[in-house]
Amino acid sequence: MSALYLETDVLIIGGGMAAAWAAIAAARTGVEVVLVDKGFVGTSGVTATAGPGHWWVPPDPKLRAAAIEKRQASTFGLAERIWAERVIETTWRTLPQLAAYYPFAKGGDGETYYPGVRGPEYLRALRNYAVDLGVQVLDHHPALELLTHRDGSVAGAAGHARLERRAWTIRSAGTVLATGGCAFRSGLIGSHTNTGDGYLMAAEAGAELSGMEFSSIYTLSPAWCSTRTLPYSAARFFDASGAELDIPPMSADKAHTRALAKAMLEGPVFADLSEAPEGLKPLLRRIQPATIAPFERRGVQLFEERFEVKLFGEGTIRGTGGLRIIDDDCQTTVRGLFAAGDAATRELVVGASSGGGSPNSAWALTSGQLGGAAAARLARTQGRRAGERAQGCGRTGLRPTSAARAVDQTAAIEAVKDEMLAYDKALWRRRTSLDAADARLDAIWTELGQHLQAEGLDQVAARETAALVATARWSTRAALARNETRGLHVRADAPDLAPDGGRRLLVGGLDTVWTRFETPVLQALQAEVAA
Amino acid sequence: MIAHIFEDLCNGCGACVSACPTHVLDFGADGGAPVIARLDQCQTCFMCELYCPQDAIFVGADQTGPETIDSAAIRASGLLGQMRRDHIWDAPLGDLAPLSEYWRLGPYLMGGAQIAAERYARRHSPGAPDVG
Repeated sequence: MSALYLETDVLIIGGGMAAAWAAIAAARTGVEVVLVDKGFVGTSGVTATAGPGHWWVPPDPKLRAAAIEKRQASTFGLAERIWAERVIETTWRTLPQLAAYYPFAKGGDGETYYPGVRGPEYLRALRNYAVDLGVQVLDHHPALELLTHRDGSVAGAAGHARLERRAWTIRSAGTVLATGGCAFRSGLIGSHTNTGDGYLMAAEAGAELSGMEFSSIYTLSPAWCSTRTLPYSAARFFDASGAELDIPPMSADKAHTRALAKAMLEGPVFADLSEAPEGLKPLLRRIQPATIAPFERRGVQLFEERFEVKLFGEGTIRGTGGLRIIDDDCQTTVRGLFAAGDAATRELVVGASSGGGSPNSAWALTSGQLGGAAAARLARTQGRRAGERAQGCGRTGLRPTSAARAVDQTAAIEAVKDEMLAYDKALWRRRTSLDAADARLDAIWTELGQHLQAEGLDQVAARETAALVATARWSTRAALARNETRGLHVRADAPDLAPDGGRRLLVGGLDTVWTRFETPVLQALQAEVAA
Repeated sequence: MIAHIFEDLCNGCGACVSACPTHVLDFGADGGAPVIARLDQCQTCFMCELYCPQDAIFVGADQTGPETIDSAAIRASGLLGQMRRDHIWDAPLGDLAPLSEYWRLGPYLMGGAQIAAERYARRHSPGAPDVG
């Protein structure tokens, strides 16, 4: 089949909630929008398999100030209040737009309940809304690389259509990356395609990342299948001998995860859900049916029998790191390239703590809306520039620097999993183990860059391998550079907050990775005034 | 992982091939049932079942490796189509029933967390018996 070539105003890369909201925002301004996703818009990514709650605070200044204040401590000085205000307001105004497509039912107070939505129904609604607005949705069109103009601004993307088995090129005036975070192939439900592709593509075009040290966070699930966590919040835990383990409650956050991980390093851990809220037991199927299936189909009575559990890594999905955002439009450090959702850093809203939960959903919606609208504005002001020359920036996995030859990609991915997900390494980071990880991953990166090349469909996997290794390297180097413990980032060899650590940490580079602390906004302003 | 496509139930529409986010399936030859071509990419998300209008797909519970199933037993179990029925996936748009209980997720999640927190506090209060 011959290659596909398209020209459009706005190109959205990704297929989850941030991508869909970006496409909707752009299309509402009347420009032409094409959305390409690696998978299928409706089932792709970690929102489709989940049930996001959005940060939802009525427009009462006192309530909003209180909601932001409540989360202030957990940002550890890395968030910006104006971003919290912005995501709350944008979410409040935007989410009800979906009422023609999603069956918002009444809540406990008899009012229409908006903030919490179930993943498959939510993504189906977003898809239908986008399509009705004229968005051209191309499923199974993974992007392999970004294209840039000679002036360095982004000119579109190129990829491989995996059902039609043909190459595609799309030229665009504005491009939004909403490719999700990276869970390092932990098996976390919905995350198989979340391999950090957007980080790699953007970095190749010159983008910087931020907060990649906040990439170590886990979710509890049965050992045989990652699920959502609704029924586990009251769980008791036991070791193989049947002795109960002393695990701090889920609300204790890091202490909960670390106590479970410590026990799992010693042997299997079993959960007992018999003390779950009584009202939940008969209703779980109505609320979260996909959580029941892995038990039902294994013949395990989930509220009655003990079962083995495991922690599934969430990487930068519920971590907070991602592409650095430099303005109110969610633009990256590359002109014409905007980032939304987990592809972008969430530090602006949540700082050093989890990028999961309701602030993260509100961020995904808001950054999509802002990035999509900004990309559409760019199309209106500068035009498509489709007649100009543009070049693909993809390197590792696409254009080897030496002779192409077989590279063991499975071993490369196993190394990434080992360095990024092993409980002892990820939850108790130390300079010694991080240095070892850095050297190991560097060697793999060098080999991939020199020799990995693939054709056709295999290009998709090759680029995923490259992106996983690249993301692991940035996370490792950032974890080394942040020589303190702050929020999610725990350095066992530096257990306290450093006095000068309240700054965001930038990371970037491909063959040579660099890190640099960002000058806080206030200090930068003061310096400017002094000058 | 996806374990079986019941060929006699499948109408060859290909909805699952499109809906699978990880490209596990290929279209079948001559409009026949799809082929499980890349099982290693299956993440056990059950989305293919949700999107199959014929209830012709069965996904096993284990995401760690392939499962062999007794297809006759699965057919008799009533589990085919369970995911779609539980979601009330085909309800008309104005019908609020599918998500009518969904608002309870937050309160139950917090309620469970509260139970665990109180239990932990009780056990760690002075004079509490040792646990663990």
